[in-house]
Amino acid sequence: MTRQNKSTMEMVQRGLARRHRREKIFRFLGMAAVTTSILFLLLLFGSIIANGWSAFRQAELSLEVSFDQELLDVDNLRDANYALLIKRSLREFFPQVEKRRDLRHLYKLVSSGAAFELQAMVMADPSLIGTRRLVTLPADDEVDMLLKGYIPRDVPESERRVSDQQIRWIDELVAASRLKLGWNTTFFTAGDSREPELSGIRGAVAGSLFTLLVTLLLSFPIGVAAAVYLEEFAPSNRWTDCIEVNINNLAAVPSIVFGLLGLAVFLNVLGMPRSAPLVGGLVLTLMTLPTIIIASRASLKSVPPSIREAALGIGASRMETISHHVLPLAMPGMLTGTIIGMAQALGETAPLLMIGMVAFIVDVPGGLTDPATVLPVQIYLWADSPERAFVERTSAAIMVLLTFLIMMNGTAVFLRKKFEQRW
Amino acid sequence: MLKKSVALAAASLMMASVAGTTLAAGRDYISIVGSSTVYPFATTVAEQFGKTSRFKTPKIESTGSGGGMKLFCAGIGVKTPDVTNSSRRIKKSEYQKCQANGVTDIVEMKIGYDGIVVANSKKTAQLELSRKDLFLALAKDVPDPKGGEKLVANPYTTWKEVNPALPATPIEVLGPPPTSGTRDAFVELAMEGGCKQFPFIKAMKKKDKKAYKGICHTVREDGAYIEAGENDNLIVQKLEANPQALGIFGFSFLDQNSDKIQGSRVDGTNPTFEEIADGSYPVSRPLYFYVKKAHVGVIPGIAEYLAEFSNDRAWGEDGYLADKGLIPAPVEERRQFARAAKELTPLVMD
Repeated sequence: MTRQNKSTMEMVQRGLARRHRREKIFRFLGMAAVTTSILFLLLLFGSIIANGWSAFRQAELSLEVSFDQELLDVDNLRDANYALLIKRSLREFFPQVEKRRDLRHLYKLVSSGAAFELQAMVMADPSLIGTRRLVTLPADDEVDMLLKGYIPRDVPESERRVSDQQIRWIDELVAASRLKLGWNTTFFTAGDSREPELSGIRGAVAGSLFTLLVTLLLSFPIGVAAAVYLEEFAPSNRWTDCIEVNINNLAAVPSIVFGLLGLAVFLNVLGMPRSAPLVGGLVLTLMTLPTIIIASRASLKSVPPSIREAALGIGASRMETISHHVLPLAMPGMLTGTIIGMAQALGETAPLLMIGMVAFIVDVPGGLTDPATVLPVQIYLWADSPERAFVERTSAAIMVLLTFLIMMNGTAVFLRKKFEQRW
Repeated sequence: MLKKSVALAAASLMMASVAGTTLAAGRDYISIVGSSTVYPFATTVAEQFGKTSRFKTPKIESTGSGGGMKLFCAGIGVKTPDVTNSSRRIKKSEYQKCQANGVTDIVEMKIGYDGIVVANSKKTAQLELSRKDLFLALAKDVPDPKGGEKLVANPYTTWKEVNPALPATPIEVLGPPPTSGTRDAFVELAMEGGCKQFPFIKAMKKKDKKAYKGICHTVREDGAYIEAGENDNLIVQKLEANPQALGIFGFSFLDQNSDKIQGSRVDGTNPTFEEIADGSYPVSRPLYFYVKKAHVGVIPGIAEYLAEFSNDRAWGEDGYLADKGLIPAPVEERRQFARAAKELTPLVMD
């Protein structure tokens, strides 16, 4: 007996070092995996933030504009020549520039949107007419890129888009502190534009909100109802098995397929408008439904049977059992599933391509049937634009999208932590 | 909680019914689809138009030339687009399909030209290429280098093998995928241009057009030509990282990145604004858009959009589209199409 015991101990002892080593290696591999993913994440965030932070600042020109009475006809403020006001003001600042060609280069320092800003200003407040004041106007994106150092000064003149002469003017304006980098409000208040300095994400954010609103309003009630029925009422037979398999399958279908379905059903058969958040929301509903149903069923399953039995035991009907006891207990899990489904829908572009939401839309959408685009599509469109200033805007838009995603996932974690019940 | 979800369900039902009623209403903005090459120019005009006119800013989808034509020719009515952009002329088959679907009167507008450049990083020397070099370097099958009228699978691995005057760097070209209009145009203008310099291949054109096209239009698939996706910015970045590689993309990307990349000379001409505009640079193509005449007057603003586009302020030599990299058409051509825009002369193809 003792001999045998000893030999077992010996065997254990002999193998112990090896087993410990194995465990160490396993733990090390696990840690290495976590570290690698964190490093990649940091690299991703780092490069996006490094590229994008400069987009939140924007070159602004302060020009002294005199709102001449002769140019501004009170009865027809829309069609007045606002560009001329800016040109005059620039000529005042640089009286030595006289040749027509040079003047044209000088005028290019100001954004083409500046005239429209003056127009909006005067139309909002006609009492400006006849006065002279310092107005802050957006500079052209090339000026912006130069100030931010993205356009090199040390290469030959022909290889950059800003001429030596323009650089001299820019330096002069900077020295007179008429030209500086300021907070880029436009980025948050404007819709898309082909001029980087006038473009913003408000249109895309509004489109994303409308689309997600439709998705939430449809997919949450439908998903929860389907889950409750399947989990609590449905008999278990071949039919319900078949439905279950199909739901699990749907969750794995590539999202572009839902886009094609949306095109065929919502646009071609039902005749809904192209590019509308309503249709986008419907398509994304189809996409997120399986996720929500699966999460909701899992959280219904985790409610212990004793709760149901107790409720039924004191005489509650099945409907009352579910609505008074089971659903409230399962709700945190359902909400978590819904939020994760929404976050997924927020980042989706492929299904929207088919229904025309990948489009250039300047006006900020004001309703569910207005043409709209969404945040990830805006990122895609900017990434594909030739102007260099769109590079930083692409990264900045990614930062905004990531903020929304982190907020949504954070809410999901918070809800889980706050309401989660353990049995 | 239950009350909440009941309320949500009620709200969604209500919304669905609201949606049903708004669908019947017309459209008060112009809907434009089509080429991704024309997209940067069309969007610029659309934005300008939206700001200066009393109409809403047109909505522009970038669907590709072929996809745009398909949507455009689907029929007449507010659900179909009013305008389609195209980086090539409308095909006869597309024209016939349009006619069959009731889109009978189409106004054609040529807006200008786009040069396709073959560029590399500024860190290396500018290349002096010919269309024949491009064909030999990039086609799947090329005439046997040993001579004779036989075709062999492309044996060339370095530029020096193609043409002794070129450097001994490996052939590595980043370009757009087959779905892209830029690729179509490159294949047609550069590769076919070099291909038909071989007399025996040129002779094939008359006998067996299909075989001729097969030879001239098929790009090699052994890794020397790398499909880099539709994103031209990505190609520019890759060229910077890999100075040995060449990239194929539209002129506007060269124009915006001239501090980083340089366009190769093709057949002794430079891919510059001037040489593309005067027609001497061989790899350039016209850009078009097409308008449904039946929608003019029904959808507000189409005639005015045409007027904005065909104004010298937009597409002229000093227009704002030239700033975006569009090569303006000659004055005569511009005048002709501006007249077509005004009179809405329908396109006739037999």
